[in-house]
Amino acid sequence: MIFVVMAYLWAAILLYILLGGADFGAGIIELFTSEKNKAYTRSTMYQAIGPIWEANHMWLIIAIVVLFVGFPEIYTTVSTHLHIPLLIMLFGIIARGTAFTFRHYDAVKDNMQNVYNRIFVYSSFVTPFFLGVIAGSAVSGRIDPDANNFLDAYVYTWLNWFSVTVGFFTVAICGYLAAIFIIGETDDDNSRVRFIRKARQMNLAAAVFGALVFWAAHAEGIPLDKWIFDNPIGIIAIIAAVLSLGMLWYLLLKKGKVIIIRVLAGFQVTMILLAITMRHYPNIVILKGGRYLSLLEHAGQEKTIHSLAMALLLGSILILPALFYLLYSFRKSDAVEH
Amino acid sequence: MNDFLAARSQMALSLGFHIVFSCIGMVMPFFMAIAHFLYIRTGNDIYKNITRAWSKGVAIFFATGAVSGTVLSFELGLLWPGFMKHAGPIFGMPFSLEGTAFFIEAIALGFFLYGWGRFNQWFHWITGVVVGISGLVSGILVVAANAWMNSPAGFDFVNGQYLNIDPIKAMFNDAWFSQALHMCIAAFAATGFAVAGIHALMILRKRNIAFHTTAFRIPALFACIAAILQPLSGDISAKDVARRQPAKLAAMEAHFKTEPASPLVLGGMPDPVAKEVKYGVEIPGLLSFMVYSDFHTPVKGLDQIPENDQPPVAITHYAFQIMVGLGMIMLGIALCYFVAIIRKKSWLRMPWLLRLFVIATPMGFIAVEAGWTVTEVGRQPWIINGVMRTADAVTPMPGIAYSFYIFTAVYISLSLIVTFLLYRQIRMVPEIYDIQTPSL
Ligand code: HDD
Ligand code: HEM
Ligand code: HEM
Repeated sequence: MIFVVMAYLWAAILLYILLGGADFGAGIIELFTSEKNKAYTRSTMYQAIGPIWEANHMWLIIAIVVLFVGFPEIYTTVSTHLHIPLLIMLFGIIARGTAFTFRHYDAVKDNMQNVYNRIFVYSSFVTPFFLGVIAGSAVSGRIDPDANNFLDAYVYTWLNWFSVTVGFFTVAICGYLAAIFIIGETDDDNSRVRFIRKARQMNLAAAVFGALVFWAAHAEGIPLDKWIFDNPIGIIAIIAAVLSLGMLWYLLLKKGKVIIIRVLAGFQVTMILLAITMRHYPNIVILKGGRYLSLLEHAGQEKTIHSLAMALLLGSILILPALFYLLYSFRKSDAVEH
Repeated sequence: MNDFLAARSQMALSLGFHIVFSCIGMVMPFFMAIAHFLYIRTGNDIYKNITRAWSKGVAIFFATGAVSGTVLSFELGLLWPGFMKHAGPIFGMPFSLEGTAFFIEAIALGFFLYGWGRFNQWFHWITGVVVGISGLVSGILVVAANAWMNSPAGFDFVNGQYLNIDPIKAMFNDAWFSQALHMCIAAFAATGFAVAGIHALMILRKRNIAFHTTAFRIPALFACIAAILQPLSGDISAKDVARRQPAKLAAMEAHFKTEPASPLVLGGMPDPVAKEVKYGVEIPGLLSFMVYSDFHTPVKGLDQIPENDQPPVAITHYAFQIMVGLGMIMLGIALCYFVAIIRKKSWLRMPWLLRLFVIATPMGFIAVEAGWTVTEVGRQPWIINGVMRTADAVTPMPGIAYSFYIFTAVYISLSLIVTFLLYRQIRMVPEIYDIQTPSL
């Protein structure tokens, strides 16, 4: 049963990166779009994510609930020592979710729209950035449960080059996912070319920040290269990611099927997550001094895990068909009447 | 402000904020479903316009409810790690089921809000009903989690260890039913009076009278039914509290001395030092009657509870009085309304009846906040009643006061924006929802 719970946790994190990530990316793309194209980009994005944005963010809640029910020690350690970045991320979530909805549902369209837009794009940047920071910090080995001064216990846990570069990398990945996604949402050739260019820029940014993550890991003495490259699964995953990237760009330029392009992008990100998590398994939090928190050793009692697994299985039977039907129904928006 | 007080205030603020949106999220879908149903049945465009006008409002509230709920699921760990470390695996069952309910709600909402003209109209209608049902289910589940804090069950507490955990038993603890019942009814009363009140105000101001009169009827009916059921369910709750949390009951009633034929105190100012209530009206024997259904059995007073296990008496007592007082006023309004519908149709055209509803607009929500204050403050000093003290659960991180100030600023701004948006929705009714030739 514990493996069922672990699989769900991993899947929830992955889906949050893919779906929530593309959603954050929508704002990031808007941030980096020139003033004259902003309106078109915005409405195309809205058509695509409006109906599903609530559902996209449920994956985060699922992951959190699995953590606090099944792995309370991991949840409480992380939320104690990464309190500050979590708080900033929460403010980002508040600002983003409300601005997104308010700008659409404000009955009067006046210059309040500019306020919502600005809040939306900046929080779309801040939120995934801090998500990345938190993820990076969890494995950085900087969390020290015995620290007894404020800076060591609550600040340097996340304020270090490694965590910060992971943050930027996450932002770039989100932008990349969104750009790939939006390519299929437009019928207009000019815009298509523009979105492809955006995707290329984001792809480049991800590569640059990816390299910086390795540099920072090296500088901070985190054996990231070892984690990824000293085991076959890590190597295979990275090769698969690179191959799929090549294929993706080939298809894009050949105007291949949108769905295949999207699947390839999703596959790539999946492989990256696999490469990063595989070697750590089952330890998801690396503490200072080589200690760690493990999904196997720090799980709740048998009965809790059992009922959690049951709840998750039951939930998926109800949720997945409905979710697929939702994605299917709104797969490409014809002019929707709002 | 010390960190402990800041953490408690931040939790109270976040929950008090979220509860408003969750009440609306639980109840409005049902109001919309009825209007929508009447539209499909009668083809009358007014109903369609009402449904769409409400659904815009609901979308705004929903987004705010969803983000404030997301904040809460992190805050439990950010503020109360000592609690979550032990409680998470025990009372987590409702939360894991709730995940499903939220998800279904989010999916159904996507269909409902964006599905106009895309689907079979009955499918579209059903998705709206599903939003309401899953909202109600998630409300019940999360209240069951809170009930566990009042009435811990499903584990053995041996030498500071939490053994033999049984999450199912924990979920169906002694308090879940009375609390969930009372909460669901409260959500209908609060949302119903709020919505009815706004439409009543518009009728009084002679704006789009046909639209607002039709829109008024649906929430008014629900609110009035709920207002009649509320005291009955409150009585079940009070008896329940007397059994499982005598300290809370004593604080609610400012009942300092254990004595036969315990009196019910109305109003007054509790003085915790002198251990008496000043300026209150005492009705001898009534408290005994309300708790034990006879006028003589003594009700346990605060004198039998150790000093350091007593909740703050004044806050709990005032909050309880506010809730019950408002409950009685709403009951009165509900009775007038039913008399009007059944016997005195002429009352329905009288401005005073509408004016009563206008006055009642915020009452339900004030009562909800007061009721939660009773439940939560009345549980102090315990976070898990009788098992863990709130002070032992709080985060070691210093400086919580600053995060409390920021949260306060954020929530105040959000409330202002939501109010502003609602105001704009209502102001635009003539242009968008109620024009002679509906173009929607
Ligand atoms: C519209 C709102 C509303 C109204 C009119 C009332 N209540 Fe209430 N009450 C609530 C809304 C509420 C609540 C916010 O929903 C609470 C908080 C926790 C809970 O389960 O329900 C609550 C709690 C609550 C509790 C504490 C339960 C516990 O701690 O487990 C008691 C004893 C009562 N109520 C009793 C009453 C009585 C005797 C009322 C008579 C009119 C009444 N309530 C009206
Ligand atoms: C939404 C309705 C709720 C409101 C308005 C509310 C209100 C409050 C208030 C006023 C406090 C502060 C009490 C004090 O410190 O004196 C508090 C504390 C707390 N509540 Fe609630 N509550 C609600 C529901 C819940 C639920 C459903 C849960 C959990 C499942 C919960 C968990 C807590 C916790 C963990 C604390 C902090 C510890 C404590 O003070 O006991 N509350 N809440
Ligand atoms: C009595 C207290 C509560 C009630 C009745 C309640 C009910 C609801 C309802 C009906 C929703 C649906 C969204 C909406 O309609 O706006 C919601 C959203 C949410 N609530 Fe609460 N809630 C309560 C307290 C809590 C607590 C204590 C937590 C966290 C620990 C929480 C977590 C959430 C989350 C994560 C969401 C967002 C779900 C989404 O994205 O759709 N709620 N709540």
